Amino acid sequence: MSTSSVSKGCFVFKPSAKKKKTLSLADHFIHGCEGAENSEKRFKLCQDLWDQIKTDTEVLQDELNRNILDSLLDFTRKCSSTRQHSDWASQMRASEIPTAALVLGVNVPDHDMTFQSLSDLLQQSVTPYVASVQAKDNGCTLKHLIKRVLERLMGTVVTVDDEEEEEAEQTSAQHHKSVHCSLSTLCDWYNTKTKKSNTGTPGKKRSSPVRDGPQQPPVVIIFKDLEAFNPRVLQDFILICSRYIERLPLMFIFGIATSPSTIQHLLPHSVSSLLCIELFQSLSCTQHLATVIDKLILTKQFPFKLNGKVMQVLISIFLYHDFSVRKFIKGIQLALLEHFHSQPLSVLCCKKKEALLNVMQLDHLDLERIRHLLSFKRYVEKQEPREQVDLLTDDTHLKEVCQKLIKDLHKYHKNYYPILRCLHTLTSSLPRYPLGKQIRELHLICLEKNVWESEDYQSAMKLLKMLAKDELIALLQRCAEILQPAKSKKIKSALVQLEDMLTKFKQLDTAEPPPTVEDSITSPLKHLQKKTDLAQLQKTLLEMNESRRAKKLSPFEVLRNEALEFIDSLVKSHLSPPESQVLNEVCYYTSSATVRRHLNATPRTSIQAALNSPFYYLQTEDGTVSNAAPDICIVYKLHLECGRLITFTTGWNLFSSARFIRAVSELEFLGFIKSTKQKTDHVARLTWGGC
Amino acid sequence: IKHFQTTITCNYPSIFIYGHRASGKSHVMHVLLKELELPHATVSCVECVSVALLFEQVLLSFFGCDAASLLPRSASLSDFVRIYRQQCSQSPAKQTRYIVMEKAELLRDTDANLLPALLRLQELVEDNVTIILLSEIVWDKFRPNTGCFEPLLLHFPDYSKGELHTILSQDRHPSYSDEFYSSYINILLGVFYSVCRDLRELRHLAALNFSKFCEPLEEGKVKETDTHKLWRNIEPHLKKAMQTVYLREVSSVQWEQMQQTEEKENGALRGLSAHTHVELPYYSKFLLIAAYLASYNPARTDKRFFLKHHGKIRKTNFLKKNEKTSNHLLGPKPFPLDRLLAIFYSVVDSRVAPTASIFSQISSLVTLQLLTQVSHDDQLDAPKYKCAVSMDFICAISRTVNFEIVKYLYDFL
Repeated sequence: MSTSSVSKGCFVFKPSAKKKKTLSLADHFIHGCEGAENSEKRFKLCQDLWDQIKTDTEVLQDELNRNILDSLLDFTRKCSSTRQHSDWASQMRASEIPTAALVLGVNVPDHDMTFQSLSDLLQQSVTPYVASVQAKDNGCTLKHLIKRVLERLMGTVVTVDDEEEEEAEQTSAQHHKSVHCSLSTLCDWYNTKTKKSNTGTPGKKRSSPVRDGPQQPPVVIIFKDLEAFNPRVLQDFILICSRYIERLPLMFIFGIATSPSTIQHLLPHSVSSLLCIELFQSLSCTQHLATVIDKLILTKQFPFKLNGKVMQVLISIFLYHDFSVRKFIKGIQLALLEHFHSQPLSVLCCKKKEALLNVMQLDHLDLERIRHLLSFKRYVEKQEPREQVDLLTDDTHLKEVCQKLIKDLHKYHKNYYPILRCLHTLTSSLPRYPLGKQIRELHLICLEKNVWESEDYQSAMKLLKMLAKDELIALLQRCAEILQPAKSKKIKSALVQLEDMLTKFKQLDTAEPPPTVEDSITSPLKHLQKKTDLAQLQKTLLEMNESRRAKKLSPFEVLRNEALEFIDSLVKSHLSPPESQVLNEVCYYTSSATVRRHLNATPRTSIQAALNSPFYYLQTEDGTVSNAAPDICIVYKLHLECGRLITFTTGWNLFSSARFIRAVSELEFLGFIKSTKQKTDHVARLTWGGC
Repeated sequence: IKHFQTTITCNYPSIFIYGHRASGKSHVMHVLLKELELPHATVSCVECVSVALLFEQVLLSFFGCDAASLLPRSASLSDFVRIYRQQCSQSPAKQTRYIVMEKAELLRDTDANLLPALLRLQELVEDNVTIILLSEIVWDKFRPNTGCFEPLLLHFPDYSKGELHTILSQDRHPSYSDEFYSSYINILLGVFYSVCRDLRELRHLAALNFSKFCEPLEEGKVKETDTHKLWRNIEPHLKKAMQTVYLREVSSVQWEQMQQTEEKENGALRGLSAHTHVELPYYSKFLLIAAYLASYNPARTDKRFFLKHHGKIRKTNFLKKNEKTSNHLLGPKPFPLDRLLAIFYSVVDSRVAPTASIFSQISSLVTLQLLTQVSHDDQLDAPKYKCAVSMDFICAISRTVNFEIVKYLYDFL
């Protein structure tokens, strides 16, 4: 929370690509950063990585939104085409304004991007006349709203066509007089526009798709946040628009954050009957997050990793507070930056080849840092005494070992993610989800500790041992599919083994008729279905299982146990937590406290911290309360020493009265004390203990 | 209408016409003025966000844009009168000029002197001009306190069933005969007349269901004259339409699509109000629950619900006489922010730090209109809120977080 972190904050939220700015950013980064020697290199690495992450997420987001955007585009096209049809039914409907209600979920900050791409797409392919309005930027009067719409519509076209610029400026100048600020102006303007493009002298043409498209491109007005609009204004606006619908092909798109029924709450029937509403539902934000995590975090592509706690913080901010995927990515960005900023060894956090090169360029100081790493110390302790001495004294030897270790780390990541996905496929369909429904939960467990030691894992395995044959085969098949694209040797051999087992399972099918034991399982199962208690069911099933195991095992059961033991061994060899890996500090960002402090601001604690130790913020030399401290801090300290009711008299003696009263009223403003009616010259204390 | 024509010719300074929605007021005015070729200006009061805009439109249609551009930037009534007189002297009227104002009820919200002045505009501008106000409410609600010129009142009664039938029959489908369409309208009115007399709504319904009505005809099963069979065919559809389309829960396009695919998937389409599910972040849910509790529980009872050792206070003990009525009938009550947070912290099972994002969630709940801010925006100190969600909604929310809200509601004790 120092001022240096403030400057970092600026950096975090403005990754500008401009050269000039980058320079200053780099300076910022290098200034006050740990291990200044290789900081430039680290800065470059960091920026490259971030650029990659950013483009990847943008691509991902576009893909996710594609469906809904496409259907919206279709909708607008259809609307504009039916308008020109002159059959009876569409004539009867002509007075309705076609409206798309786009339900986007409550994570409003994420919507900006969606709307941006939507209006871009619309402008490219359907109509040049798109205006998007937000509740907050058009005040709360109808006049402002109309003005804004006109500005957006007419303004956008100005940039398209140079020839028409003058004229558009004239109209805008006219309506800036605010006398002409009405839809009839828009209507006239629209007519001249379309006429022009229809007669179309070749010199003046707009982008070609418009010319090919419908003769009268619709005018689309996007309401980004419908809920935030003043209902009165919205109603009037729609009423006005409906008066012009015959002359002006208007169309609305409502961005709805809560649920479609809000339309009915906002608009009375007389207004909503003027609209012809069609509903579009976008992907829920949790699904969105799942995809982002899947593509961004559960991949070996990015060398930068988050440890369990940081992940936990980011995910809980998402789930508990805002549902905002954008903020989640910002969180990753912050962690990335902090990592490269504070960890000098992060110079090794890059692609394998580059990292190996960088190892060779490490200087003595950096190697010393490696020797101080916790994971490396543990590694040294395991080596023979001779090797230990070498590692701790010989720099060149250490470099070689480091190269090997970095390779190991990359291998670990290569193996970790496919196996994680396998385990997830196996366990995600089990009853009561012992290892979590989402892969991120499993990932978190694996990051924290040895997953195979947890109770949940044991119970999951037990449940897996009860799976029927076809289910198990299907799951194993899916595992094999996941392992297919992996390249590392170990995974390949595992895949071979797995496929081997699958064929054995299938041979089992053909070799002999299904074992009779299965029948005996199913019949008690039917009997058991009457009992609703799941725990009891599980218990009886386990008992049954054990009693059966006491008997002779069928070939299927033998094979099943074999398969599960194989999976178990895979998990044990590949899913160990990253902390156990040597040199994990290079890639893993661990400081969850920093992330939390930056992303989840706590105003009260910072106020208290400021009052307790003002030097932290004022950046003077350290010290306890002294004469140099601001008055309010001293009064705060005084009030901490008092009971519920505080008398003024103590203060009067220490201060000049004016200063004291000012400090007291400041404290009251911050909400620590309030005046009381019980005694005249007393105030009541409002807060107790820490935050 | 005849009667109307006579009144309109005897230049009365102002006429007030009222009648229900879609009873043909503006249509009649429009046609009449067109037919008689009288100079007139039609203005909708919704559209005129400022008085100046209204004046401008009037001047524009009487004297052309030169006159309109003479109006200063924010024109006042006197500016308008001045320019009107000026223009008037240049081009004296041969006939009475008419100003038709639709949705005149909105004039009440404008400046207090506008309505009386408009009513006496004839005297002010010394020209032969008549103001015609069209409204859905009666004149008694208009009359300003200060008193004003009483306009001539005219009432447009609602259409009778027969009249509706004639009007609706007019927009018939070009490819079908008059009788056929009129019999369709007859059936339609038979179903809907008891619930809806709004012409616009009926037209909408007629348009929507006509294709279904014609279906057996196109398949060649029945002849155009066989009304009874057609009636048998269409009646269930109309009944169904009554439930969904009338409230415009289902848009017309969707309705048509549904009619086409109906045989395959019946009732797959849900209306707008069926989608009430809202996904919220975990703490927002609890904030909303806390807000609901704060809105519907009296503040005195907080102690009983949220303190661990509240003792054995029974409901009867603190039932005051005036509180016998259910709080849910009275609607939500405002509560201060402090109380909301206090309840929130006792409702949430884990320890939550009072971070900035908790506070920002409150404000985003306000923007989503799940909460409403009662106190004025300027009041930074202890803002007050109300909870604006329904009982069903909050029950659904609390079910997702395993919170039994009914246990905490005073009304259900």
